[in-house]
Amino acid sequence: MLRIETLTKRFGDKTAVDAANIAVERPTMIGIIGRSGAGKSTLLRMLNRLSDATEGTITFEGEEVSSLRGAAKRDWQSRCAMIFQQFNLVPRMDVVSNVLHGTLNKRSTMATMFNLYPQADIHRAIEILDRLGIAEQAPKRAEALSGGQQQRVAIARALMQDPKIILADEPIASLDPMNAQVVMQSLRTIHEEDGRMVIANLHTLDTARRYCDRVIGMRDGRIVFDGTPAQLTTGAARDIYGAGADFSEDATSTQIETLDRPEVRKAKALV
Amino acid sequence: MTDASLGSTPRGLDAIRDSYMAQVHRRRLYGGLALLIFVVLMASGFNIADDRNAGGFWSGLHQIGDYPADVLSEAWEKRAELPGLIVKFFPALVETVNIAAVSTLIGAIGGLFLSLLGTRGLAKWPRLIPLFRRISDMMRAVPEIVIALVLIFVLGGGPVPAMIAIAIHTAGALGKMFSEVAENADLKPVEGLASTGATWSQRMLLGVLPQVAPNYVSYALLRFEINIRASAILGFVGAGGLGYELRNSMAWGPGRFDEAAAIFILLFGTIVFFDQLSSRYRNRLTEGQGQ
Repeated sequence: MLRIETLTKRFGDKTAVDAANIAVERPTMIGIIGRSGAGKSTLLRMLNRLSDATEGTITFEGEEVSSLRGAAKRDWQSRCAMIFQQFNLVPRMDVVSNVLHGTLNKRSTMATMFNLYPQADIHRAIEILDRLGIAEQAPKRAEALSGGQQQRVAIARALMQDPKIILADEPIASLDPMNAQVVMQSLRTIHEEDGRMVIANLHTLDTARRYCDRVIGMRDGRIVFDGTPAQLTTGAARDIYGAGADFSEDATSTQIETLDRPEVRKAKALV
Repeated sequence: MTDASLGSTPRGLDAIRDSYMAQVHRRRLYGGLALLIFVVLMASGFNIADDRNAGGFWSGLHQIGDYPADVLSEAWEKRAELPGLIVKFFPALVETVNIAAVSTLIGAIGGLFLSLLGTRGLAKWPRLIPLFRRISDMMRAVPEIVIALVLIFVLGGGPVPAMIAIAIHTAGALGKMFSEVAENADLKPVEGLASTGATWSQRMLLGVLPQVAPNYVSYALLRFEINIRASAILGFVGAGGLGYELRNSMAWGPGRFDEAAAIFILLFGTIVFFDQLSSRYRNRLTEGQGQ
């Protein structure tokens, strides 16, 4: 389905992603883990074609998307939705308008300028918001919402694109644990109910374990682990994070239950 | 925590949808009305203006290219003399650029004081903020050419009245732009300096200027470009420099169009040169040293 071959990105003499190879056969929920600066975001941005690869190819359902240009590239971007750490909504526009931005690829600039979205699209946007439990916020400005609500608006915008793939770049890194759980659960539900592929950058191990079918570990731009959560032993995790023997999985946790355990506090202090 | 619940809210999904659709319709109605009024005003305004025109817009439209064509064809015939003419008019160009540079410098200093005295939170005398704002409004409301005409009448022709005229306009315009930048300045350093017993000028110099300097220089450079054009125009009313020469060669009509062409080339080249120079510096100032 999705095939990434020797995908490489260099910034000057620094290699952010080094010959990444990933093959995905069926819609899967994939978590990419690693320290900050490991190249996770760069990989996702290349998949969405927000930035161009230096070398290598991305193939989706037989179509090479890494060489698309212009309208074809924007069409691919509409099929491959992206969710950002800082939500990247338009703060001064209302929630429904932000969700409707998911259809921009199909609309002309003139229609957008005069806010002429079809009524069916507006109804669908509100239904999507309802599915994510934030329909009541529909007429409010995006900036008036809490972080967790804004991230769900961003997910609604992604769903509005009706994409085959949803890319999530650190979707919960700026949320509190409660909202993080809601957002991750929404992504999981979307994967299970709609059968969409979800690829999420996560920097905590336990989130990846809990929500993902497959975990890819990156370190210094290289893929150092690729397997099921069960295969992800503490040793493998130490490899990914480049940590010493004092590394404990709980130290990267944002779970509420684990936070209260004294040994975790000790481990956090060590990290 | 209500916002952490995931799932359907059966309560009034239709109501939400209807009220949002009503909102959308209202917005579209207002937008459509505004567009309609705009189009009607533009069309009727154009017709009124066209009626009052001495020549008529449509009958004159095809003649637009005639004058440039005359200038260009004559300049092309005498193209061998162009380099000589460019050298001949170069001193006038220097005078024009000088007028612009001095007036930008003086205007920027004036604008700096006007902006600091007219910005809430920074002003030395908060009660006088409206006064300084109105002063800067007035300074930029009067066109340079009007001030220049008055000053030329009083002081006689030459570069000094032009310089003063442009400086007054620049002070007003930069005062407005500077104060908008200063409004967004962080007041914490100013408070910190005030806590040490610093005077107002010390607080401004050390607490505000370092924050706003890149933007100020950027605006001043933009203003310098505008002032080169302005000082060339003021030559037309007797302020000397390139504009004076241009008026002479244009007013003489055919026969001296080669001089007009040479002056246009000089003016165009200068503006492109300073535009490139200042945009490079502005980019460096706003994006930081690394770029």
